Amino acid sequence: MNLHDASTFTVAGARRSLDAREFSATELTRALLDRISRVEGNLHALLAVTGERALADATRADQRIAQGESAPLLGVPIVLKDIFATRGIRTTCASRILENFVPPYDADATRRLAEAGAVLIGKANMDEFAMGSSNENSAYGACRNPWGLDRVPGGSSGGSAVAVAAGEALASLGTDTGGSIRLPAAFTGVCGMKPTYGRVSRYGVIAYASSLDQVGPFARTVEDLAMVLGIIAGHDPKDSTSAVVDVPDYHASLTGDIRGLKLGLPRQYFEGGLSEDVERAVREALEVLRARGAELVDIDLPHTPYAVATYYLIATAEASSNLGRYDGVRYGHRTDKVTNLLEMYRETRVEGFGPEVKRRIILGTYALSAGYYDAYYRKALQARTLIRQDFEEAYKLCDAIITPTAPQTAFRLGEKASDPLSMYLSDVFTNSANLAGIPGLVIPCGFDTKKLPIGLQILAPSFAEATALRAGDAYQKDTDWHLQAPDLPGGLK
Amino acid sequence: MARLARLGLRDEEKHSLRGELESILAYVEKLQELDTSGVAPTLGSGNERPVLREDAVTNQERGHEMVAGAPDPDDTFLRVPKIIE
Repeated sequence: MNLHDASTFTVAGARRSLDAREFSATELTRALLDRISRVEGNLHALLAVTGERALADATRADQRIAQGESAPLLGVPIVLKDIFATRGIRTTCASRILENFVPPYDADATRRLAEAGAVLIGKANMDEFAMGSSNENSAYGACRNPWGLDRVPGGSSGGSAVAVAAGEALASLGTDTGGSIRLPAAFTGVCGMKPTYGRVSRYGVIAYASSLDQVGPFARTVEDLAMVLGIIAGHDPKDSTSAVVDVPDYHASLTGDIRGLKLGLPRQYFEGGLSEDVERAVREALEVLRARGAELVDIDLPHTPYAVATYYLIATAEASSNLGRYDGVRYGHRTDKVTNLLEMYRETRVEGFGPEVKRRIILGTYALSAGYYDAYYRKALQARTLIRQDFEEAYKLCDAIITPTAPQTAFRLGEKASDPLSMYLSDVFTNSANLAGIPGLVIPCGFDTKKLPIGLQILAPSFAEATALRAGDAYQKDTDWHLQAPDLPGGLK
Repeated sequence: MARLARLGLRDEEKHSLRGELESILAYVEKLQELDTSGVAPTLGSGNERPVLREDAVTNQERGHEMVAGAPDPDDTFLRVPKIIE
């Protein structure tokens, strides 16, 4: 790994260099802190740079390395979406209502990464409470796409994706409720994975929609994702929804051998609305996979057209309940205009939440209210069953499913900001995986005519992350889209 | 809805939200096309096999730390405006 060229920034490469003593974790961390200070003014991928903490983590990692220890993330600088509780480090969820919130504990993922020896270098920008598809809903200002500074990075985990794309960190964590890891990965040309619901603990992860939220990694290569996922996956007694399912050796599953692997192509994802560039890139990727021995089969996911409506009813209903906790009593902002308890709640919340959060709370409250519950919420829960059944049927015919990640490449800042519905429709190819609880991997598969990245989505059955990772890694053995990095302002590579 | 959600929305917010919600509700209306008779609702994610743990207090000695970030802490308690007039 070359400290001055982000296209070489991989976790695996950094680990080899650290073990070979080509540079120390401290030198690596200082190099990235220097990059951050040079690119952040244009990108705004981070809400906090944790320089002191990073250097302390790096010193400890160097001591462990000096003692001969070698481990997958030892000495590797990472960024956490600002939705992960970090003990003693402000965690805002990109909301004014948590502007001064300093958690008294670590999220399970935060703890696992720290124990693995990762270096926490910053907290990433995001859409407020993970509600958005462009990162424009951050209360602290939008994050920009390094492939085009007039473009959004996708959301909600936009900052986590940009931090990797621009070489501010070697890997990062985000969360994905309806596509919030996969869409930014596609828009910024990096790899991202939403694991199976329950694969990674959500203890200490600020809740948005609890039947959909899942934690996952970003990195430059599928191999790197496998290394991070191996650390964060597994049951946690503090999250009763985290699954008691053995964690396989993801890295060992990257054999490059996909002969006979059946890849399903759902016709509903290739009908109408797909840009020519995206369709071409996905079709070319399919040929690469076929040349490696995969078999392509046509499949049907007939309820796909109902996924966005189903998702936005269920997610907002759950959000309206989850966000009831921001009441100005236990943590976060409290209004100055306190007259009585009810007024305190109403004013605290209207002052602290941004427009999209209010919109979703109101929509969710409506969907759950007496008289509309059956027509909206219950109907959506039934549609969810049909969407899950679509995948169960499809996986009888194939081992994994290949789709585009989004119909278009990254759109312009402001382009969809005044039309919430058009923003919601950016998630048309990603919502279904959350509704079905299945894992989804996104990897770069080309560029459009404007040199904006295109992402390939690989969906696998529940707890078959290894299948998606094996297919994605095999593809990366024959392509180099993932090793391309944007030219950054100031002539940085 | 704003009253139920404990959101003291301003008039201009109510106005813009009304239009936006109308277009979103018109869109989700397409679910009514689906025949869901006899389809069981998916509760939770459908994947969960919840694992329960002992309901034990584990951080009692950290009480002050737990309330340190509250807007108006008092020892290990939280102060709120008067509830009963």
